[in-house]
Amino acid sequence: SCHKMSRPEHQAPPEIFYNEEESSKYASNTRIIKIQTDMSERAIELLTLPEGPLMLLDIGCGSGLSGEVLTEQGYTWVGMDISEHMLKAASDRQVEGDMVLKDMGQGLPFRAGVFDGAISISALQWLCNADKSSHNPRKRVLHFFQSLYQCLARGAKAVFQWYPENPAQMELVTSAAMRCGFSGGLLVDYPNSTKAKKYFLVLFSGHASGFTMPKAMGVDDGSDDDDNGGEGSSSGHVAYSSERSRDKHHHHKGKGKRKSVKNKDWILQKKEQMREKGKKVRQDSKYTARTRGPRF
Amino acid sequence: RKTTTDPYPDLWISHMKLLTHNLLMCNNKGCNMNNYPLHIRPVQVERKEKQFNEAFMRHMLGKLEWSAIVSASKALNFVVPEEIPAEQDEPFLRTLHQVINELDVVSGALVCSNCNREYPIENGIPNMLLSEEEV
Repeated sequence: SCHKMSRPEHQAPPEIFYNEEESSKYASNTRIIKIQTDMSERAIELLTLPEGPLMLLDIGCGSGLSGEVLTEQGYTWVGMDISEHMLKAASDRQVEGDMVLKDMGQGLPFRAGVFDGAISISALQWLCNADKSSHNPRKRVLHFFQSLYQCLARGAKAVFQWYPENPAQMELVTSAAMRCGFSGGLLVDYPNSTKAKKYFLVLFSGHASGFTMPKAMGVDDGSDDDDNGGEGSSSGHVAYSSERSRDKHHHHKGKGKRKSVKNKDWILQKKEQMREKGKKVRQDSKYTARTRGPRF
Repeated sequence: RKTTTDPYPDLWISHMKLLTHNLLMCNNKGCNMNNYPLHIRPVQVERKEKQFNEAFMRHMLGKLEWSAIVSASKALNFVVPEEIPAEQDEPFLRTLHQVINELDVVSGALVCSNCNREYPIENGIPNMLLSEEEV
């Protein structure tokens, strides 16, 4: 679409943006409810929780839509949000979980190892912006992940559905999480669909070797599409690990671009795209995309 | 200070159970010792029947800080054993369930024994927001 709506985080801090009017939308708008519910279900799925009754944390629980999904699936939860109006809306819904008024950037006020997992729906991007002159987003993000790592039981996971504004935010968040001891990464469902694309930060607090990223949705395993702007491979993942990988045999030129498979079809398609854009492109011939010999 | 059965169940109020209280600590700037448990100063407490789930109670028993259960119960005029009994049978778990799941602190405050910071509880929601200077 050509109409760019201003991101909520650019309009006001969350405790002001989620005023009574905005909060009531979450209570009554069926489209919003459906979307939030679906994302909550997906986040819980990505948690890959063990069987049995568990104690979970809902970060940025808002009006309790995600909490209701947790309750429906038999989990006990504590919710946390910065907006009084949203918590009031959740109270109106008579959600089962207890809720705490708190700014996640101030750290989570829970003692060590108490939660079996954590979810967060549409909240994390708020943490990446400075809403007060005293805010240092990077410090707040670090404080948050440090406290989250502490209050999660060892081996527990945290899954955040969020709306990263740009690669810099993705980097800010993932690098901070890794610094605080988490392994995991960004999972992108439906990476090739502008409308359906959803970002999930999947974090694991146990030993890195004991964890594999779940599979993203809407990804064809045989797909060669790497026109993703570098966000992810065709698997829909941007994998991060706290281990440094020393790539001794592949010297990446420039900024360490991912090695891509540029076959003939891809090259022909690219050339056609450039022609459509009106660029000067060499005519295709029998030499096009032919494997070149070794460089001198 | 009064404990009542909720006469207006449709009114929008949340609830702070002692289960949640058992997890909460003070994270005021520089407050990292003796910042748990928070002392409860109850004003209005309600009692709401909740479904007993034995598996959940056993799971949580492993996580609970028992001394905090004892002190929190005392603050609400309830009595629990000073220590977890050797045998955690169903009667014990049912009592525990009553204490941690069925008592709702609707209003009052949580107070840190270390830095004396007070966190008000209003409509069942503890306000743990810190000022910019406290972070």
